[in-house]
Amino acid sequence: MVHPNPTHYMGSRPAPTDRQAPDALDPMQILTAFDHGKVTRLSNGQIQREYTLTAFDREIEVAKGVKFPAWTFNGSVPGPTIRCTEGDRLLIHFRNEGAHPHTIHLHGIHPADADGVFEVVPPGGTYGYQLTAEPFGLFLYHCHVMPLKKHIHKGLYGAFIVDPKTPRPPAKELVMVMNGFDTDLDGENEFYTVNGIANYFAEHPIPLQVGEPVRIYLVNTTEFDLINSFHLHGNVFKLFRTGTSLTSYEITDTVMLCQGERCILEFSFKYPGRFMFHAHQSEFAELGWMGMFDVRPRAQRA
Amino acid sequence: MRTPDETLPVAEVARAGWRPGTWLLIILPVALLAAMVVLFLTGGEGLIGKPPIPPDALLKIEFERLVFRPGEVVATVRNTGPDEVTIAQVAVNEALWQFAVSPSPSLARMQRATVTIPYPWETGDPVEVKLITSNGLAFTHKVDIAAETPRPSLRTLGIFALLGIYVGVIPVYLGLLWFPFLKRVREEWFHFFLSLTAGLLIFLGVDALKEALEAAGKIPHAFKGVGIILIGISVGLLGLMAVGERTMGRARAGVPGGERLALAYLIAAGIGLHNLGEGLAIGAAYALGNVALGTFLIIGFTIHNTTEGFGVVAPVAKDRVRLWHLVALGLLAGAPTILGTWIGGFTYSAVWSILFLALGAGAIFQVVYELLKLMTRDARERAGSLANFAGLILGLGIMYLTGLLVQL
Repeated sequence: MVHPNPTHYMGSRPAPTDRQAPDALDPMQILTAFDHGKVTRLSNGQIQREYTLTAFDREIEVAKGVKFPAWTFNGSVPGPTIRCTEGDRLLIHFRNEGAHPHTIHLHGIHPADADGVFEVVPPGGTYGYQLTAEPFGLFLYHCHVMPLKKHIHKGLYGAFIVDPKTPRPPAKELVMVMNGFDTDLDGENEFYTVNGIANYFAEHPIPLQVGEPVRIYLVNTTEFDLINSFHLHGNVFKLFRTGTSLTSYEITDTVMLCQGERCILEFSFKYPGRFMFHAHQSEFAELGWMGMFDVRPRAQRA
Repeated sequence: MRTPDETLPVAEVARAGWRPGTWLLIILPVALLAAMVVLFLTGGEGLIGKPPIPPDALLKIEFERLVFRPGEVVATVRNTGPDEVTIAQVAVNEALWQFAVSPSPSLARMQRATVTIPYPWETGDPVEVKLITSNGLAFTHKVDIAAETPRPSLRTLGIFALLGIYVGVIPVYLGLLWFPFLKRVREEWFHFFLSLTAGLLIFLGVDALKEALEAAGKIPHAFKGVGIILIGISVGLLGLMAVGERTMGRARAGVPGGERLALAYLIAAGIGLHNLGEGLAIGAAYALGNVALGTFLIIGFTIHNTTEGFGVVAPVAKDRVRLWHLVALGLLAGAPTILGTWIGGFTYSAVWSILFLALGAGAIFQVVYELLKLMTRDARERAGSLANFAGLILGLGIMYLTGLLVQL
């Protein structure tokens, strides 16, 4: 069992040197990787999931040839996608190996000591977040230490999925976290990306099949810009805002999100070929927030 | 018996001789200094601890030229920071764009590179080029009005020459055309017009200095713009002083009125140097893609050069001057504009431009001094008479007003 640490500084260790993640996560991996945690069943029948999130500083590539000194959860920006089912007991072991104090602030319903605001974890410190996952929907987590702009922008965020008790219909599920990088620290983003590298999915199109149901968990963690957006070519999607309802909000091909907002998109392609998806702020699209689906004809293996 | 030469102190030193040990005395401090620098660079940092400024933040790339060709933009850039820098991405008007860098995207200290960007620029549109380095720093250069850059060719050589003639040579001759008028003017008015010339020249000199300072503010700090200005002014001033000593001195001894002719030539030389700098500015405006700026400069320089022509001929107004002197004066004052336009248009360098502007300013200040000397020697009245004062102010005022007209 993990005991939460007291809030005040106990003195900090000297900053640990940058370390490599065990396997460097790239945007394609983040697209389809879900961390379901270590699953155990409690005596009362409840499912318990344990996650380990470690914050550490790491230099990442945010566009071809451009490095950025990021603060990461488990070595990637965005951090791992935490996934669970409504009603599960969650234990998040947080270890701070960065050079600055951090926390993990989860969106959702939970007690105050699992909110990740007042229990600031110093470098070298640890904390355990204990909560029951509710309600179902698409949420996110991020660091909540001041200055907020900096702690979020440096890369400490990730998606947090709480599945409804009755699972959603089967589909090819993709996680897309929209973000930006201000590499020269002038208060404006130089690059906009999905899952961490500018233009990545434009250069590595995502393979899909005609008729295959697709579900995108879309999260906006872009700093400095008021809003971001997602536009899909050649198709429309069912929009589930925040994913907290099983009835779709509307059917559209463009959705606008402010920072912290998220939504679930469901669609399937009718025609084969390459279809773009990108922000409909053209400026963001031209600065790296551009991707493509490579839709193969039915029954052709990717 | 000792000759007079041998008793001089200088002779004593000369006789002491240049022993082999003398070289050591010269080299020793330099060698010790070099050793200190090497020591600090290789390990002495431990002496003062790690510098608080992350070295990455000091990295810098500066734009030297931005050339527009049909369908592409070519930027010449230089690494003027303290360390190597790598160009990783290029954005044009806030859109990441394809590009090619030669010889290499990694630039060593002070190394230059050419970035070729295929881009559908439109005449008249603003174009902003942003280079993003491998550590995320961004360096931008903006051209307010894009226009195709003239290519070095016989045709553009001719165009720039014509430009130089139009801006430099013809206006000076126009100013020289006041010569007949000046001949009819009464003796007392002659000094008024000399003062007017002084006013014109003072304004010109200060204006050139101001432009040099502005340009110095824009160039990479590594080049120490103000230092260049200092050197330029000193050389211009002292250089023209030296030329003046010889020519004016000889002229004074020789033909009566030769002194004034020599002064006219000095003024023409000073203005010529200044016009070299002006030509550089026009050529550079084209080179950096600012055609519209070039147009304004042309109008301004044309007007100013006309008044300069007047200044050249004013000192010899009361003398009989052979025609070929007038032709020569006009060429001396105006022709350097052509040279300047060629240099500025094809191989522009901000550093040289500043140097020539400063040279011109120094030369002009020296010429003003000579002019005032001439006036005080010649005058029947005191130099500070009302007529002279009025002339000076009018000279300044004319330059100021013509400058205003250009801004419209």
